[in-house]
Amino acid sequence: MDRNMRLYQQLYTIRYFETLLLEKFSTGVFHGTTHTSLGQEANAVGVLSQINEDDVVVSNHRCHGHFLAYGGDPLALFAELMGKPGGVCGGVGGSQHLHWRNFYSSGVQGGTVAMAAGMALAEKFSDKDAIVVDFMGDGTLGEGIVYECLNMIALWDIPILIVLENNHIAQTTPSHLAIAGSIPQRFEAFNIPTTHLDTSNILEILPAASRLINKVRSEQSPQALIIETARLGTHSKGDDTRTSEMLTRLWQTQDPIAIHGARLPEQDRDAVKNKVKENIQSAFMKALEMEGGGS
Amino acid sequence: MSSKSPVTVLDSLNLGLHQAMEDDPRVILLGEDILDPYGGSFKVTRGLSSQFPKRVLTTPISEAGITGIAGGMALRGMHPVVEIMFGDFSTLITDQVINHLSKFQAMYHDQVTVPVVIRTPMGGRRGYGPTHSQTLEKLFLGVPGLTVLAPFNIKSNEALGIPGKLLYDAITVLDFPVFFVENKRQYLLKLLSSTDLQEYEVSEIETAGKASLPFYKLALRAAPKAQITLAAYGYMAHLTLEAAIRLAYDEEIFCEVLVPTQLSPFELAPLFDSVKRTSRLLSIEEGTLSLGWGAEVLARTAEALGPNLKVARRLTATGTVVPAAPTQEADCLPGVEDIIVRIREMV
Repeated sequence: MDRNMRLYQQLYTIRYFETLLLEKFSTGVFHGTTHTSLGQEANAVGVLSQINEDDVVVSNHRCHGHFLAYGGDPLALFAELMGKPGGVCGGVGGSQHLHWRNFYSSGVQGGTVAMAAGMALAEKFSDKDAIVVDFMGDGTLGEGIVYECLNMIALWDIPILIVLENNHIAQTTPSHLAIAGSIPQRFEAFNIPTTHLDTSNILEILPAASRLINKVRSEQSPQALIIETARLGTHSKGDDTRTSEMLTRLWQTQDPIAIHGARLPEQDRDAVKNKVKENIQSAFMKALEMEGGGS
Repeated sequence: MSSKSPVTVLDSLNLGLHQAMEDDPRVILLGEDILDPYGGSFKVTRGLSSQFPKRVLTTPISEAGITGIAGGMALRGMHPVVEIMFGDFSTLITDQVINHLSKFQAMYHDQVTVPVVIRTPMGGRRGYGPTHSQTLEKLFLGVPGLTVLAPFNIKSNEALGIPGKLLYDAITVLDFPVFFVENKRQYLLKLLSSTDLQEYEVSEIETAGKASLPFYKLALRAAPKAQITLAAYGYMAHLTLEAAIRLAYDEEIFCEVLVPTQLSPFELAPLFDSVKRTSRLLSIEEGTLSLGWGAEVLARTAEALGPNLKVARRLTATGTVVPAAPTQEADCLPGVEDIIVRIREMV
């Protein structure tokens, strides 16, 4: 499989996982809540396709895409969301609290930046060359601990790549009601070198991520990557106050699956889609049949 | 390790930190103003940055940030120790402690451990006023996944003394987050030797677990049956001993003093054993009354002993802010006289 096909497969795996999850939520097989990664798939795949095995990934409440792009098992994630003992964290963590190998996510805004900074500092102390990739959102910029940590990340040359996915909305609050001033300048004020992309095109995100990850590793110091992106789904399961016109426009212009899919012959694209659907459906059914959990 | 023997609680804690850093390369210190020659606001970290310059990080005034960073370091195999300069500032770390450090092990299904020690001095009687004199550990008692410890100023048979040994074990042996409650006045107390305590029968009751987190029972030697059990920890345990000895000599009222070093989770079996004999219980703490340490101690004792607990009360600070002025501060915080008066009322 060539690179574009493989990337499309990874993007569509997240897309279809989240789509099936939302579709099945209403049937009562899942518990609690979920925050889907629809629209932000290219950030997850573009960045995480470029890390090394020893690198650490820290994610937030909207973590399914990151988890799957990291290589996490869709079956274990479905099982976690169903509250099964065979889930990623035995059903204790649920949607927002995942840990597998070097992947960690948590659900309180801002705290994950501190956690990620500490992990990266530990890697620096260990004299290994592993780094940390930390995903945060624009909504997280309201938390004070973020700025405490940016300060220490810069002061102590902590080897971390902060990926800020700016989807321009925090739950239902548009960013113009929550964020004053400039986002890049928040990082630049601490002398953290900042790269700013306005794209949902994985072929722009991937090379930038590759370059920045290499820099963090070789220079043992932080970098920030800000990606202007689009949340194409609701915040959680059904809470979206944006107009249908706005959503239609986002789907038409910023859908990373459509953007990348256009590079593939229709026949190949359909073949990948069918294969992914088959795998994800099979994972869902297997999770459903696992012992324990259930409503 | 320094060959000198610790004299005070401060010496003991300082030696415990030195020993932990020397024995365990995973130990790292973070805190504000902890570098030599200053060595920390209360000098607990004195000498450490000179001996271990790469492993002592002086930090910005970012209590939440450094606590969260310590949690991340612990998840990746280090054993960080955080100094929060004043216990009052522990309010700034509550999200990190409650929603992060204390949660990680259980929420990640026991795939991780979080060996972090957060040390901080609580307490007043130094005239520092309302935001630098509080006793706030009750905010952290009962948090699932968090252990709260408080040292007792005795030497015991430990080279480090009990405060230093407790801290050493918390740092190097325990693999879960610990909130380690020190006290500003306690720092200057002499470690009580067996000679200092010769009038007492001292029982060190070991608790189950990875490290020794002893519970102490002190009763006057050859005294008649005790009429009341006094429960106290940290600096208040010292004042309680003073009150108990005065009551014995001046008024022939005899007490058993029970001193836990592990405040939370609540493991109170030795206390229940004492109250079974005395049927009276007074808890004594420097924090405020409502929903405090004593409230839980009394509730658990009542649940365990039922009608065998006949009289139970709590002695605490009054419910005001801690004033800066010396006489007002003394009126606010429980002292030896207050303990004596309360015990008289109960027996």
